[in-house]
Amino acid sequence: MLALFYIFIAVAIGVSFWQITRILNFRSVIATDKDNDTQGKLFLWFTAFFYAMMIYCLIYMNVLMLPESASIEGEHDDNLFNITFILIGIVQFIMQFLIFYFPYKYRGKKENKALFFADSHKLEVIWTIAPTIVLVVLVSYGLWQWNNIMDLSDAEDPLVIEVYAKQFQWEARYAGDDNALGRGNVNYIKGINTMGVDMSDVNAQDDKKLSAISPIMYLPKGRKIVFKFRSQDVLHSAYMPHFRAQMNCVPGMVTEFGFTPKFTTEEMRVQSEVVAKTTVINEIRKEKGEDPYEFDYVLLCNKICGASHFNMQMKIVVVEEETFDKWYGEQPSLGEELAVK
Amino acid sequence: MSDHHHKETFVTKYIFSQDHKMISKQFLVTGIFMGIIGVFMSMIFRLQIAWPEKSFTIIEAFLGTHQTDGVMDPDMYLALVTIHGTIMVFFVLTAGLSGTFSNLLIPLQIGARDMASGFLNMISYWLFFISSVIMVISLFVEAGPASAGWTIYPPLSALPQAIPGSGLGMTLWLVSMAIFVGSSLIGSLNYIVTIFNLRTKGMNMTRLPLTMWAFFVTAIIGVVSFPVLLSAVLLLIFDRSFGTSFYLSDIFISGEVLHYQGGSPVLFEHLFWFLGHPEVYIVLLPALGITSEIIATNSRKPIFGYRAMIGSIMAIAFLSTIVWGHHMFISGMNPFLGSVFTFTTLLIAIPSAVKAFNYITTLWKGNLQLNPAMLFSIGLVSTFVTGGLTGLVLGDSALDINVHDTYFVVAHFHLVMGVSAILGMFAGVYHWFPKMYGRMMNKTLGYWHFWFTMIAAYGVFFPMHFIGLAGLPRRYYTNTNFPMFDDVADVNVVITLFAILGGLAQLIFLANFFISIYRGKKATQNPWKSNTLEWTTPVEHLHGNWPGKIPEVHRWAYDYSKVDENGEYIHGEDFVLQTTPLKDGEDPS
Repeated sequence: MLALFYIFIAVAIGVSFWQITRILNFRSVIATDKDNDTQGKLFLWFTAFFYAMMIYCLIYMNVLMLPESASIEGEHDDNLFNITFILIGIVQFIMQFLIFYFPYKYRGKKENKALFFADSHKLEVIWTIAPTIVLVVLVSYGLWQWNNIMDLSDAEDPLVIEVYAKQFQWEARYAGDDNALGRGNVNYIKGINTMGVDMSDVNAQDDKKLSAISPIMYLPKGRKIVFKFRSQDVLHSAYMPHFRAQMNCVPGMVTEFGFTPKFTTEEMRVQSEVVAKTTVINEIRKEKGEDPYEFDYVLLCNKICGASHFNMQMKIVVVEEETFDKWYGEQPSLGEELAVK
Repeated sequence: MSDHHHKETFVTKYIFSQDHKMISKQFLVTGIFMGIIGVFMSMIFRLQIAWPEKSFTIIEAFLGTHQTDGVMDPDMYLALVTIHGTIMVFFVLTAGLSGTFSNLLIPLQIGARDMASGFLNMISYWLFFISSVIMVISLFVEAGPASAGWTIYPPLSALPQAIPGSGLGMTLWLVSMAIFVGSSLIGSLNYIVTIFNLRTKGMNMTRLPLTMWAFFVTAIIGVVSFPVLLSAVLLLIFDRSFGTSFYLSDIFISGEVLHYQGGSPVLFEHLFWFLGHPEVYIVLLPALGITSEIIATNSRKPIFGYRAMIGSIMAIAFLSTIVWGHHMFISGMNPFLGSVFTFTTLLIAIPSAVKAFNYITTLWKGNLQLNPAMLFSIGLVSTFVTGGLTGLVLGDSALDINVHDTYFVVAHFHLVMGVSAILGMFAGVYHWFPKMYGRMMNKTLGYWHFWFTMIAAYGVFFPMHFIGLAGLPRRYYTNTNFPMFDDVADVNVVITLFAILGGLAQLIFLANFFISIYRGKKATQNPWKSNTLEWTTPVEHLHGNWPGKIPEVHRWAYDYSKVDENGEYIHGEDFVLQTTPLKDGEDPS
């Protein structure tokens, strides 16, 4: 494969050089009617190539897309995205056609005269106002949804979780029975207190930290989760694509984001889009002789953070609320863990 | 200034020249050289993306100690994407594009003998040259060049413990950029002053070709925003070297707590993007200006909506300075600010749409002369629309959450500012090559260059949107650690193949460019039958541009195919030089 590839490149370069030396002997430098004709027709061919590619991508790459939003808040994101995408799709198809068709249709001929058409107030008003109206609609929906997501003040009984980023791993701490997180600061990092929790804070004792070895973040379905993000060293970004959630983790400050999981991991695994995507992936993996893949939610780092940026991830598992409560009850509190030490 | 030739030595003519035409060529050749480095880097890291951790002889040959058996190190991958971005945005598309054509065209198109200050103009080029040299030197630093992304967000860029490239490599990057800002500011001030003061008799602001308007407004945005980058860079230098805490706070790294207290990386993001976003338009507006001129000339039609075009350039310029926050929706800044920036960002779509519609209307019912420059200009309109439309997704804060920093963004900005600006730059080179070198570029090679470039550009960046929508983050050394991205691997191979095609296509341009300088056909005075003043100067360069008096201007730049009541060309031909006086009873357009 690779050898073939090198040969292909070598041949391409060889042919180019031969062609270039040949072409350089042509002395005509300004487009003639014949050139206009050829190039105009090439624009038509290019239109065919371009539209074929757009349609191919739109249809056959659909299976690559993320499945429907796994959070309740994300539903409107999907909606807004679909509306926007259809709109820009229509505009794209019309405008690209005009851009490539006009060079063919109006390709220059000696006998032709261009139309002296310098201004049209009416036309310009139309195409200032038309995009304005479209934008007003998109902006209104977008801003409504933005406030909907970002305003966490009215969340009832949310589960508070701190997500802590460091080169190149994630840690998490649940707020415990009082549902309030104890203060954290890098100065308190010591031994197994890897997240730098201030244990003198009354809220800190009952906090529950995920085991640092192969941590899996469990979330209950149907309950609002409020994430508080901190970072220990450089900027990171907590990206949970299936939940349409992302927020930067900034050293020196606490950022937040919230959503309500809509499907458990098990439910998601049998969702039709996920099944289709998993099938494709597993065919590829089988060819390479790798283990089959099973869908899982994932938290990944999406802000350049150093050499192993590409492998900074944590598994997320969404379960029914009862299962979650049982698991949550079994976890030792931070106070207990540190006391044992 | 007088118009006769001064005695020129080799040094004053070719090296420390104060002639704007020579300086413009110096900018172009330096820009092309940096462009070769930048594009080559992208080829190399595309190999790694398509065939992760596969061994390549070319990687072994070029990356020295930063590879093992032909596989690049993760740090080097980040360094390559960082320097690729830096070089393409600043050195090729800012200095190479704006520096070349502002210098060449401003005096020629407004009817001036030279820039307001030839000396400062020379300084501007040499500062750019020095900054290029420092940037290239930084590639050879032992720990590797800067690798925190072209946006160099601290703390990553401030702490050598976090990534090796943040040592000497980053220091050189910062020094190089500080000098670059100096070059850019001196250049921009010169352009502004020249356009304000040195227009020839009759050249009102409303008779300026749109290229002039674009360069003028670009220079203003540059003067407004580049100093902010300089301050961001200076504060970062202080944090790195003198222990201040402008951007750093509460950091624990390599087993110890650092002393920094009270700073915020978000401050850096604000300062950086206050330049960073206008920079997009600093790159794009000159390309759009060039395109306006070329499309009108080659359509043999006046540009449609001249005043609306000026209005939209100014609207874009103004809005560009108040939208920077859309790069920071999820940076942790107040969500209310996010709402404001969403609003201003989507506003910018209106003047952009007006420009696109006006270009298309200019083509309508024209008599299109499909010269290579014209093809590149049409290509620009196409990529500008494709890339611009996805801006509606990214500018909407709610949607940005999930595509932020994915390949969707990479596809968007490459099309709308990268490819568009490069196509504009090529258009400019093909169109004004006769003005620069007195010879013509080869037409057939120009056609080949265009079609390969166009197919490659869309082949690379159109599918890239979709792997972004699959959630694939940018700047990942490899995706193999995430089985959920296994199905995009094939797409990445296709993208890389198109990228290589696109890279090789540029060899056609290089061959055409350098051979034509020496062997191209001798140019005539006005090969494209254009209206603007630069085509009234003699083909052979002279310091001072016009022998004898500077011509006087009597009309705007777009009297193409102007006919009388009987449908005959008023002046006998389908173009009318700006220097031609109005006939009796002729309507001034």
